[in-house]
Amino acid sequence: MTTVSRRGGDRVMVPEAEFRSYYGRPIVREPTWKHDIPAYLFTGGLAAGSALLAVGGDATGRPALRRAGRLAAVGALGASAYFLVNDLGRPQRFHHMLRVAKPTSPMSMGTWILTGFGTAAGVAAAGELAGYLPRRGVLGVASRVLPPAGRLGGIAAAGLAPALATYTAVLLADTALPSWHEAYPQLPFVFAGSALASGAGIGLIAAPTAQAGPARRMAMAGALLELAGAHRVETRLGLLSEPYRTGRAGRLLRTGRALTAAGVAGALLGRRSRVLSALSGAALLAASVATRFGIFAAGVASARDPKYTVVPQRARRDGATAPPLQPCADM
Amino acid sequence: MSGNSLYGPLDPAPDAGYVDAPARMGFFTDTSICIGCKACEVACKEWNGIPDDGFNLLGMSYDNTGSLNANTWRHVAFIEQPVPEKTDIRWLMSSDVCKHCTHAACLDVCPTGALFRTEFGTVVVQEDVCNGCGYCIPACPYGVIDQRKDDGRAWKCTMCYDRIGSGLMPACATACPTQSIQYGPLDELRERAEHRVDALHATGVSEARLYGNDPNDGVGGDGAFFLLLDEPEVYGLPPDPVVTTRDLPKMWRKAGLAALAMGAAVVAAFVGGTR
Repeated sequence: MTTVSRRGGDRVMVPEAEFRSYYGRPIVREPTWKHDIPAYLFTGGLAAGSALLAVGGDATGRPALRRAGRLAAVGALGASAYFLVNDLGRPQRFHHMLRVAKPTSPMSMGTWILTGFGTAAGVAAAGELAGYLPRRGVLGVASRVLPPAGRLGGIAAAGLAPALATYTAVLLADTALPSWHEAYPQLPFVFAGSALASGAGIGLIAAPTAQAGPARRMAMAGALLELAGAHRVETRLGLLSEPYRTGRAGRLLRTGRALTAAGVAGALLGRRSRVLSALSGAALLAASVATRFGIFAAGVASARDPKYTVVPQRARRDGATAPPLQPCADM
Repeated sequence: MSGNSLYGPLDPAPDAGYVDAPARMGFFTDTSICIGCKACEVACKEWNGIPDDGFNLLGMSYDNTGSLNANTWRHVAFIEQPVPEKTDIRWLMSSDVCKHCTHAACLDVCPTGALFRTEFGTVVVQEDVCNGCGYCIPACPYGVIDQRKDDGRAWKCTMCYDRIGSGLMPACATACPTQSIQYGPLDELRERAEHRVDALHATGVSEARLYGNDPNDGVGGDGAFFLLLDEPEVYGLPPDPVVTTRDLPKMWRKAGLAALAMGAAVVAAFVGGTR
């Protein structure tokens, strides 16, 4: 029999699923996206989290948080732009993204969110230059204009930051890859939490302990959102949770969880230690990287094995229409 | 955008804004009379000037093409099935193609507008616009559209947009020697297919069933649909495809909630502590 009827998965954690396929080949196609895209999921979230840290620091008189947040936001934004353009099949046509604004395309919406955020975050970062400029002449005018402009830019960037951090979850979910699509209720919370935790990580690394209190609380809130969301993704999707628990994705997500826990613990215990705080911040950043690559790998794994496409769809179809069609009758 | 543009029965060309659009055109691929000659694969390659896929032996029956991809826009699947009562095998052969969905996820998610809906209701990539972002590829519920590696852009069946605009049939349908691939107005094809299934059932082929013909299915019906003799997954087709954008409003709402939670967390972090 060449139409393979096989049992899927070597580490089976849900009841084994009988299914048929065409020589075990995938049905949906895995993305052609390279490592740039999960890397962007991290840098985009980092830019958003940092911009929020910066605006909080600015509003509450914590200049170290403001400066670190603004610079990290613009740096992460530059990295994001590099990753996104580099991943294109035709990088020189990157500006074709700006031909249309399409609400049905999360990538199109994301392009405009990123464009707006980038402008605002750039202005905010420019505000940090004021202190280095001479007091007189044209540059002196700039040194007086830049701080208030930077404040406005920072507020605008922070306004767009939550959209920047969460649209990427919609982007992944709005595909036919089973484990991404079915995770659409949870992924935005995972990504929001991961972005907050990574932004907080910047604060813990860059700010003296006297100013880092809000970063510690942001790290806790982010970790809570991220861990709760990831737990649901790993347990509530039935067969489609399996790719999040097994293989490369499972290892990455477990690593991310351990690093998040370590980062939060360090942030709480290290209130008086600059070194421990910075290490905690680094752990949170690494956790965010691992989580993003893990989520990405899980979706790809769910495309590679036709089991994840066939079994849930058969269950849906056979549950909806009464009599299942007879298998392979005589011709 | 009208209320049901993302889901349900719809005539796609008028919905896309065409005034006085011609009849929606489609393919009906009747796999019960496919002889596996691959003339469709060859005709498609020749007409559309598609590069080769490499010349590989895949060890999958007579199928050395494997699947639809950037360089294969018609793919003939070969399935050899034992028939116990006859101590023999039966052949299932089927020429797969882009489904030209009523609700096409590839088109919905394309961020550049490179993918568009033609006046015939088909879905075509504009190669001078596509920048190879790759979003359409995991969006397709059938795994059809793909990136051409040395080119970077996404490619798929155009239903020979250049031929049908001049009143010709697509190359595959023209070359098919058994009329397994039929091209015409979709309404007519759907009617013809119903008759064909009834005739097969009357002669005892009870396993004959249509796939992709129902405007109430998860993609609003396919512009290219099939008569199959076994379950769809046996041919490498998804049993119950649903256009991913059906759930997009719900996805944006969840993202909005998560974004609000994020904002609230930051406010709490900055005002909710002593230092």
